[in-house]
Order: sequence, then C-alpha cells, then structure tokens
Amino acid sequence: MFKTTGIAALVALSLSTGGALAAGGEGHIEDVAFSFEGPFGKFDQNQLQRGLKVYTQVCAACHGLQYVPLRTLGDEGGPHLPEDQVFAYSEQFEVFDPELDDFRPATPTDHFPAVTSAGAPDLSLMAKKRAGFHGPYGTGLSQLFNGMGGAEYIYSLMTGYHEAPECAPEGFTGSYNAAFTAGGYPAECKDEHGHHTVPGSWIAMGQPLWGDDVEYDDGTAASLEQQAEDVAAFLMWTAEPKMMARKHAGLSGVIFLTILSVLLYLTNKRIWAPIKGKKTS
Amino acid sequence: MSGIPHDHYEPKTGGEKWLHSRLPIVGLLYDTIMIPTPKNLNWMWIWGIVLTFCLVLQIVTGIILVMHYTPHVDLAFASIEHIMRNVNGGHFIRYLHMNGASLFFVAVYLHIFRGLYYGSYKAPREVTWIIGMLIYLAMMGTAFMGYVLPWGQMSFWGATVITGLFGAIPFIGDSIQTWLLGGPAVDNATLNRFFSLHYLLPFVIAALVALHIWAFHTTGNNNPTGVDVRRTSKADAERDTVSFWPYFVIKDLFALAVIMVVFFAVVGFMPNYLGHPDNYIEANPLVTPAHIVPEWYFLPFYAILRAFTADVWVVMFANWITGGIVDAKFFGVLAMFGAIAVMALAPWLDTSSVRSGRYRPMFKWWFWLLVIDFVVLMWVGAMPAEPPYSTISLIASAYWFAYFLVILPLLGVIEKPEAQPATIEEDFDAHYGKAHTPAE
Repeated sequence: MFKTTGIAALVALSLSTGGALAAGGEGHIEDVAFSFEGPFGKFDQNQLQRGLKVYTQVCAACHGLQYVPLRTLGDEGGPHLPEDQVFAYSEQFEVFDPELDDFRPATPTDHFPAVTSAGAPDLSLMAKKRAGFHGPYGTGLSQLFNGMGGAEYIYSLMTGYHEAPECAPEGFTGSYNAAFTAGGYPAECKDEHGHHTVPGSWIAMGQPLWGDDVEYDDGTAASLEQQAEDVAAFLMWTAEPKMMARKHAGLSGVIFLTILSVLLYLTNKRIWAPIKGKKTS
Repeated sequence: MSGIPHDHYEPKTGGEKWLHSRLPIVGLLYDTIMIPTPKNLNWMWIWGIVLTFCLVLQIVTGIILVMHYTPHVDLAFASIEHIMRNVNGGHFIRYLHMNGASLFFVAVYLHIFRGLYYGSYKAPREVTWIIGMLIYLAMMGTAFMGYVLPWGQMSFWGATVITGLFGAIPFIGDSIQTWLLGGPAVDNATLNRFFSLHYLLPFVIAALVALHIWAFHTTGNNNPTGVDVRRTSKADAERDTVSFWPYFVIKDLFALAVIMVVFFAVVGFMPNYLGHPDNYIEANPLVTPAHIVPEWYFLPFYAILRAFTADVWVVMFANWITGGIVDAKFFGVLAMFGAIAVMALAPWLDTSSVRSGRYRPMFKWWFWLLVIDFVVLMWVGAMPAEPPYSTISLIASAYWFAYFLVILPLLGVIEKPEAQPATIEEDFDAHYGKAHTPAE
C-alpha cells in the first residue's frame, strides 16, 4: 500500500519546483540540442573556444565574468586552451593590483574583469540563474525531459530580437525580444483581461549579434544562430565549469552503488531465507 | 533497555570484564544493535536508517563546506562560487549538501506518514512521536537557515518573509523579529547568527535522535499489524522477533544503497533541479523577486500560511472575537504552526483502540486523502496566491485540520475495525509460510 506514497512524493517533487515564471507574459524559448545535455553529455571544446571568441569580441564590451578565473580557460573539460594562449589571452585585460597600487595586465591567476558597463549584469552564472522556466504549471517537465535550461534561454534571447509587433506604439523604449520577460511592455499589446498578446517584452540591450560578428578560427560559418549557440554553450561552461567532472562522479557513484545494491540484495535474501521458511541451498 | 526479553551482553575476557565494571558501553551498544525487532517490518520501516544517514551526510559535508565558506554579506556569495570552482571536489560536496537536504525531507515525510498509517504514535510510543516532531521542527529551522547562507536572492527574500512572520505576533512581534534578525532588517548580523545556528542545530538534532531511538527501544518497535510483541517469555518473544543485527541492518543497508543510486543520479546529473534558479543571483535588498517561493519541502505549510486571507469567515470571526488582535497575517502564522501542533497531538486525538491502519476500513480512506491533501498543498504552495489556487489551498488546509481534529477522534467511535492477527508470528507466517527448523 505504501508504494504509492513514494510515487506521490515524486509527483509532489516534480510539481513543486516551479513558480519561477516571471509575472505577466511568457517568453519564447527554443529547445536547442546542446552537446552537454543528459547524463553522458560533454562540452564541445571547439564550441567553447568559438563561444569564448564571441564573448571576447562582442559581450565583453559591456559584460564581465567576475567569478571565472582566467586560468580555467586551460582546464580539461573547458575550452582547454594551451598554456601560452591562456597567458596571451589574459594579458588583454587590465586589472587593478592593490600591491602595486596601479593597473597591470592580467595573468591567468586573475579573474575575468567584473562588470564594465552600468546596467550590464555579470554573465558568470547567467546560464544557471536564467534556468527558471519549467513548462506548464511549473511542473519542471521541460527541464527534466528536454534538458532545457539557461543555455536555451541565452540562445533564445540572442535570436529573439524581432521587428516590434504592430500593436506597440512608435518609439516604445527598448528593443522587442520574444524571449525576454522582465522588460517593459506596452499596454496596447494586452487584451481586455490584461494578458499579453505577444511573447516577451522590450529589453534595454540592443541586439548584440547579427551574424558574422566574429570570424571563427576553425572555419565555421558565423551565422547568428551558430554564434548564439556557441556563446550560450560557453556561458553554460562559465556557470558550471565542473559539469563534466560532476557527471563523471555521479556516474561512478551510480555504477558502484548499483553493484553494491545487488550484493546487499543477495546478502539480505540469504540471511532471511531460514527465517522466512524457504530452503537455502 | 528493551522490555522485550532477550539475551544481554556478558563480558567474557578479563579486559571486557574490566571495562564493563567501569563503563558498560559495550553492553549498551550490544543491546542497541541486538534489540529484538518484529520480524514482519515492511519496507516502510527503512526510513529511520535513511534519516540517520542523511544527518551524518549533512554534518560531514557541512563541516567541509564551512572550511571554505565566508559568512559575510559581501563575501558569502563569492565564497560559494569559490567552493564551486576552486576547491578540489567542492562542487560535488556542495551539491551533495544541497540535495542531501531534499533527501532528508523526502525521508522524513515518508517516515511521518508511515507512523500516521500504522499508528506508531499511539500508546506507548507518544514520547517517541513528540521527540520526532521536535526533530522535524529542528530540521525545518536548520534547513531554512542553511538556505540563507549562499546569500542569493531567494536566501535573502526567504529570510525576510519568514522572519516577518514573527513580526505578525501581536504586541511583541516587532521586538522578536528584531531580536531574530539582529537588527531592523536582514543583514550581516542575520547571516552570521543563522550561520552559527545552522552549525549548532544539527548537533541538537543528533541528541534528539539519540532520545528518539532510546524511547522506541524502550517500548519496542511498532510493526505493520500494530500487535505487540509477546513478552511472556524469551521463547515467545523470539517467535515474534529477530535481532536487529544482522537481519534489519542488512535489509536497511540494501534499501539505503538503492536510494543512494537515485540520489547520486540526481546530484550528478541534475543537481539544480530542486533548487530555485534565482538563488544564483546575489542577494539584492533593492530588487524583490517576482515570486518568493520556499524550498519544496516547506511548500505544504507555506500553502497553509497563505490560505487564510482576510476574506475567510474564520479569520473574520477570529478578528472580531479578539477585538482585532488576531489579523489575517497572524492567523496564517497560527495556522502554519497549528498544522504541525495538531499532528504532534495525534496520540491523544486518535480514539481508536486499534493501532494499525491495516485493520481500519474507514480510516484507510481518510488517511490516503490526507496524503493526497499533502501533495495538493505542496503544489498550491508553489503557485501564485490568486484564484483558483487560493480556494484550493483553503480547502486543502481545512482538510488537514479536519483530519486531526474531527476525523481521527470520530473514527475511533464509529468505525468497526477488522480482525487483527493474534500475534506477529501469525501475520509473518501468513506471508511467508512456517519456518523450517534451521537446517544449517
């Protein structure tokens, strides 16, 4: 009889993880099949390097990565840049050194610079803090079954800039973005119940990626979608740099504990056999 | 220790006798681990071991995390990121600790509902039940304060909302709230005292767990039939029981290993699934999140807290009769704590002479309705406080109280229980057949 309780608890778990949906309208989020999804998913090293290039040449103009140490660019399971490239890359940033009481070029032991422009949020954890869409009624199902998370959000935001819908008044502040829900929204685009008639809202950030904003070293065509996907993957790495180590440890744990479970099951069966009045061999 | 007749520890060697006459600790451990346990316990009796494991897991991972964490409003969030990025294995330890809290509550809820179904709270186990409720309260306090420590948006606003509840107490509320926070608002003093208490309370829980085990080792375990172990002689007792070691230790370890497979899959593959993404945004007193949602394990009681709004007639009545002292907010606080209080009073509210729900045909229905009610409360707790959710949470909250205050007392009078087995042995043999004389 109590088996159902366990199921009920699981249902309760999955039902109760929501509630993060922003008030008002919903954003349009594309599901992207990223290489790092699922228990066996891995970061694509080349993609991370391409994403790093997009970040460096476009996003870094305004946004920082204050929690990310530059040396981790050389980490296995990350972009895995060679050591000399990590040094060379680091030098482009100026950091303030309290000991020198002056600015100096960054070294791999420094972090990426923090926010450099007013109003531009830090991107270190963006892929984790924007993972808050869970499917219908906050059931957590899109996250669970489609692996949808913050990386999808970033991709959708980058590709979500469209012509402003016709209902919007001329010159409404910001750029219309179908994925962004936290921005301004004109009253003209609401129906009589106050519901939004178009997805998304108006974002302060102008469209950052248009296609061919960077030239990839590996010859990949730098379409808007490609760049958006690459920078989303890169920001997933900055948010969760140990993802591959974590999945590896998790998998080892699952395999080891499964074997242990089988052994304990057999032990338990054998110990109880005489008590339960069944013959032992 | 146990009232069930069984063999006690006899020191044999000279060294054992020497120690035993000075400190009988080996005897204590022997009696604890060899306690006669009803042999018909089913799989719902594994949660105690799982909970003990959770407590140890949380203390061990917690102590390691403290080695790298900084309890300061300007540094706490960054120190968590330091653990996640720079400390060897830090990311995994932290995810174990985060999800360990969830496992702890999954186990405690199943443990509590098992007790409610099989009447484990009834005489003579009332003290065990009350201590268990105190453990649950301490767990909630510990989990709440632990959630504040990463100093994310939900940490900060969760702390603001929950400490604000104490502010709803008439006359002295404001003073209590200030005293809890260490100042007029959630700030560095709050973070530091929560850190201090988050470290202290698990050890209080450990002491309560020891009392909890002591209490039910004195009365003996309940079992699915609710029928007592025969204590007339050692031979009789042995026909109803087996020793805890090795029979239940191995069984419980098997169950724990299976649960750990699931737990490691969650930690390894989806460690943030049960968390709120807003907690990866550093706390900002100037920006209020759109929805402030507690962790999933608080949602049922959070739903009860929010259910009683000013337009509910009981609230209006309470407001009128107390001359406005009990307003909707304070009523909600009383309801939330009351929901746990009525559960703690179950031993005295349940009038049925039959212990186990297995032999109570009407009780069963009401019990499973309570389980569904709990799940519904958990779900509406995560939803915004607007129609239709506000009505659903009001109905669900009302049933929670009705179950304990009306249904349990009435059922004992009107229900006609089914026949119970005379002994545990009879129940066990009905399932597994008579045991052969050990052939080995």
